[in-house]
Amino acid sequence: MARSNKPIVWGPFAAGGTLTAFLTPVLILLTLLAALGHAPDLLAYDRLHAFVGHWLAKTVVAGVVFLSLWSAAHRLRITCYDLGLRADTAVATIVYAGALGGTGAALLYLARI
Amino acid sequence: MSRKPYVREMTWRWIFRHPRYVRYMAREFSCLFIGGWTLLMVWGLKQLADGPAAWGAFLEVLRSPASIVFHVLALAFAAYHSITWFNLTPKALPVQLGEEFVPEGVISGAHFALWAGLTIAVLYLAGAF
Amino acid sequence: MSERAVELEVLRYNPETDREPAFQRYSINCPEEWVVLDALNHIKESVDPTLSYRWSCHMAVCGSCGMMINGEPKLACKAFLREYSGVIRVEPLAHFPIERDLVTVIDDFMEKLKRVKPWLMPGEPKTLEAGEYRQTPAELKRFKQFTLCINCMLCYAACPEYGLIPKFIGPAALSLAHRYNKDSRDGGRDARRDEVAAYEGVWECSFTGACSEVCPEHVDPAAALQQEKIESTVDWYKEHLMPWLKK
Ligand code: SF4
Ligand code: FES
Repeated sequence: MARSNKPIVWGPFAAGGTLTAFLTPVLILLTLLAALGHAPDLLAYDRLHAFVGHWLAKTVVAGVVFLSLWSAAHRLRITCYDLGLRADTAVATIVYAGALGGTGAALLYLARI
Repeated sequence: MSRKPYVREMTWRWIFRHPRYVRYMAREFSCLFIGGWTLLMVWGLKQLADGPAAWGAFLEVLRSPASIVFHVLALAFAAYHSITWFNLTPKALPVQLGEEFVPEGVISGAHFALWAGLTIAVLYLAGAF
Repeated sequence: MSERAVELEVLRYNPETDREPAFQRYSINCPEEWVVLDALNHIKESVDPTLSYRWSCHMAVCGSCGMMINGEPKLACKAFLREYSGVIRVEPLAHFPIERDLVTVIDDFMEKLKRVKPWLMPGEPKTLEAGEYRQTPAELKRFKQFTLCINCMLCYAACPEYGLIPKFIGPAALSLAHRYNKDSRDGGRDARRDEVAAYEGVWECSFTGACSEVCPEHVDPAAALQQEKIESTVDWYKEHLMPWLKK
């Protein structure tokens, strides 16, 4: 029986699942406040630009983006299969490429901040 | 005696066979909201890099009704993901102290407490209060 | 002893004459405290002797009476009639082919059970004179829960991934592998990895958790599979990123 290479994709999924469980709700809450017109101080341009401008913040943001997108992509892959979409290889390629693409874009934008 | 086993085909409708499968699907669908919101934030990074005017436009988009609806749904699904994740954590990472296993509720409870603490800390640091 | 009227709707299938299964209704009167298995036995004895189903112990230890009762995998000998109202629907365990009536084909599960090498492979073989393999209560506790499986296959009927991917080794067999992997006297983890860490092994599990919800013995297969996933992941990264660790 061939041993699976799933650990490559599952490792970041599990890490991302844990990270998003702790962090995503409160981050969404911040942008929800902004959406309701009560933007927290941090979301003012000058403060946010200065905050994200620090290399440490950039690293953290890039990591959070990658792990969030990756774990979402992995779940989406399994959900597609659960709902009867059997082209797993194609689905996997698309969703993981999407996660990597999103992370790549985030890296480019972070470099410009 | 001849054998002719009958195979029942499984269709996608299995997700409605029992409430637990609906709950499972709700948990899995959280990925659309977490992933979608993250992509929105990637766009936000672009706007932030483009300067104050672009950032202002981003905040404007956030204030649209569609964005508000999306945010409320995303918050609900993200919180549901957290709850299911922490409830299942003790199964994946049991802790045995001496002879006995630490009760599942204690491990989940510690995670929920940490989650609450982090949430308050982030809100405070972001100046939401 | 109070009596009650019970309506059972049983899925029947005769491989010699039927093209597909169909429900048959039985109306019986029976004591309040009966279980579904009692009702089936009563039907077979005095209403319809052609009804086929498996059972043996009538006390939730043999694991042979698993069936779908109102769509939920249950042991028929533990499913009390008083817990149901209206017509009770009885079907063979989901995800398994139907041999006849409520009897399923279980060859697939039997083969998988063997494949995971569910026996003790001593880490350091001892001679008979050297005495027994000793274990502390804490070491026993580590895997005790995973020894309780009665092979009833309810978890397979509950697991959507097994239904979707019949090659998946599935909850009970993988939990049994985990039971031996966690045993301090065992040294067979490496030998079991070829099955456990295979594509059809723990990696088809999506942590639906349904197996643990329906297990009558509280084995918690979902927990066993997650723990094996984490260990397989650690193994994989060690092997591929730190090859110098390899003996
Ligand atoms: S793990 Fe539980 S549900 Fe599955 S076969 Fe064993 S006893 Fe039955
Ligand atoms: S008859 Fe033995 S478990 Fe039900």
